[in-house]
Amino acid sequence: MSLSLEGITKKVGREIHIDNVNLSFEAGSRNVLLGRTLAGKTSLLRLMAGLDRPTSGRVLANGEDVTGKSVRKRSIAMVYQQFINYPSLTIYNNIASPLKTARITKAEIDRRVRATAEMLHIEGFLDRLPSELSGGQQQRVAIARALVKETDLLLLDEPLVNLDYKLREELRAELQDIFEARQAIVVYTTTESTEALMLGGNIVVVDEGRVLQTGPTPEVYHHPATTKVAEVFSDPPINFLKGTVRDGTGRMGRNIVLPLNKHMQSLTDGDFIFGVRANHLFVSRRSKEDVEIPAKVELTEINGSETFIHANHNEIQLVVQENGVRSVRIGVEIAIYVNPSCFFVYDEAGALVASPSPEDVRGL
Amino acid sequence: MKGKKKIVGLVIYFILLVIPIYWMLNMSLRSNADILASFALYPKDITFMNYMKIFTDSSWYMGYVNAMIYVVMNTLISLTVALPAAYAFSRYQFVGDKQMFFWLLTNRMAPAAVFALPFFQLYSTIGLLDTHIAVALAHCLFNVPLAVWILEGFMSGVPREIDETAFIDGYGFPRFFITIFIPLIRAGVGVTAFFCFMFSWVELLLARTLTVTEAKPISAIMTRTISATGLDYGLLAAAGILTIVPGAMVIWFVRNHMAKGFALGRV
Repeated sequence: MSLSLEGITKKVGREIHIDNVNLSFEAGSRNVLLGRTLAGKTSLLRLMAGLDRPTSGRVLANGEDVTGKSVRKRSIAMVYQQFINYPSLTIYNNIASPLKTARITKAEIDRRVRATAEMLHIEGFLDRLPSELSGGQQQRVAIARALVKETDLLLLDEPLVNLDYKLREELRAELQDIFEARQAIVVYTTTESTEALMLGGNIVVVDEGRVLQTGPTPEVYHHPATTKVAEVFSDPPINFLKGTVRDGTGRMGRNIVLPLNKHMQSLTDGDFIFGVRANHLFVSRRSKEDVEIPAKVELTEINGSETFIHANHNEIQLVVQENGVRSVRIGVEIAIYVNPSCFFVYDEAGALVASPSPEDVRGL
Repeated sequence: MKGKKKIVGLVIYFILLVIPIYWMLNMSLRSNADILASFALYPKDITFMNYMKIFTDSSWYMGYVNAMIYVVMNTLISLTVALPAAYAFSRYQFVGDKQMFFWLLTNRMAPAAVFALPFFQLYSTIGLLDTHIAVALAHCLFNVPLAVWILEGFMSGVPREIDETAFIDGYGFPRFFITIFIPLIRAGVGVTAFFCFMFSWVELLLARTLTVTEAKPISAIMTRTISATGLDYGLLAAAGILTIVPGAMVIWFVRNHMAKGFALGRV
């Protein structure tokens, strides 16, 4: 089946939650809805599911208008961010519940419940109540319930966000395999760009109720169409430096000369915004081409095996993501190095002018 | 040392609470002559005369039966009406919902005596006087708002996503409400039933005004013992003890959820 949203707008009171969204999804596609909190991801999912009615616009399933159709009669499944199970039913009955309302024989229900439970490694808990399971297991039950009925549309609203890191990694890998074997349209929302990249498929970048960019996930990652998309699709946030090109010479920040090679060769004179992701900034020189940015350290954060160094260059905040645990004293002047072929170039309005080719960036 | 003081304090408090009940029990096991003749801390010649009288005289024991009938009727009506109402208040927004919700509670602010006369007039006009349903309906005026408030609190504690999941799973509303939702708030339903039961069981004024003989509850009948021959202390005490029993039993069933009920489910 195919699902499309045509000119969907959702207002709550005077607030616009979703603003004129047009999207279409094909059967068997994996789709990631990426956006920050309150960007409208959940609202969009609810509109797709039919839990909410759009203020204007139409939802089409297989070309048929289903805008006002009750969620009961649609073929959808949904997994929420919170672990939503029926607390008074056993795990078995929780998973079986979507099948019980359909006309399916008991033996068939039993077979499918057990198969799905096995797929999600919860076959040992079928007689327990949800409250007797851990958070990760509870979410597995919720996912199993969504998978057991082969629905046309499978919606997952940040399903892993309330789990701890290790469980999240584990479940994410499993989910990818599970999605692979389905014919359903899978729509998965997340705030994390790394998660979006891991899931692959197509991406819809959402911000403030608007769709900013759609396309294959790696494609959008390598060519974020606006500074806003680049911000949403970078974690830690992307660094922006204002700069100019005059007579074939690029300058940015506090008069740093930027050689215009490769993708920046064709830049004409004008004012630009140069963007670079934190993982392309380093505190040590790695090649001859590297540009040096002097900055003052303001904060270092150690995040597992990585260190985020927040530094200030010309009143502009820069974040450096370095591998390994590093200790840099606060207030120290350091030099940050970046390879010019890693820069995204945006015009003053924030539209993409040039982006580094993935081949050039690879390995830097 | 501090723990001991606490225990002593509690014991004293408990004794103070229990004295009247103990005294009633004491009196109920003595004959009238005995009660009037001497002061005794415990009954010397235990007699079950008073209880025998209540259990054999239909004008007495029917008082309990009548009270039970309208209390149960009232509890059922209140729950049946309040469950959907509470669900609506908890899940939907509509014009004036907050005002209406508050207005419900204001129904409890007026004393029952205010309503005794209008009820009497109305019920006698349509021939409801001296029936169980009359008292049950009159008590709904106080019990339905309370039930809505308590149940709304419990229902708002259930995430809305559970409802949505059930609809996504294909449940119709009635089936979802009965098989999924009510089991989730069964503590709330129990507590609500308890509060309805308790109010209806102890309420005297409306019950006495609206009944004559057929549906007269025990609390009204107890006033009969004041007669020309004086007060029948023993009988009155026995009736009192028997009146406490049903309430005590119901409290025992909901003891673990009572605090939440008193907080109208909002704990």
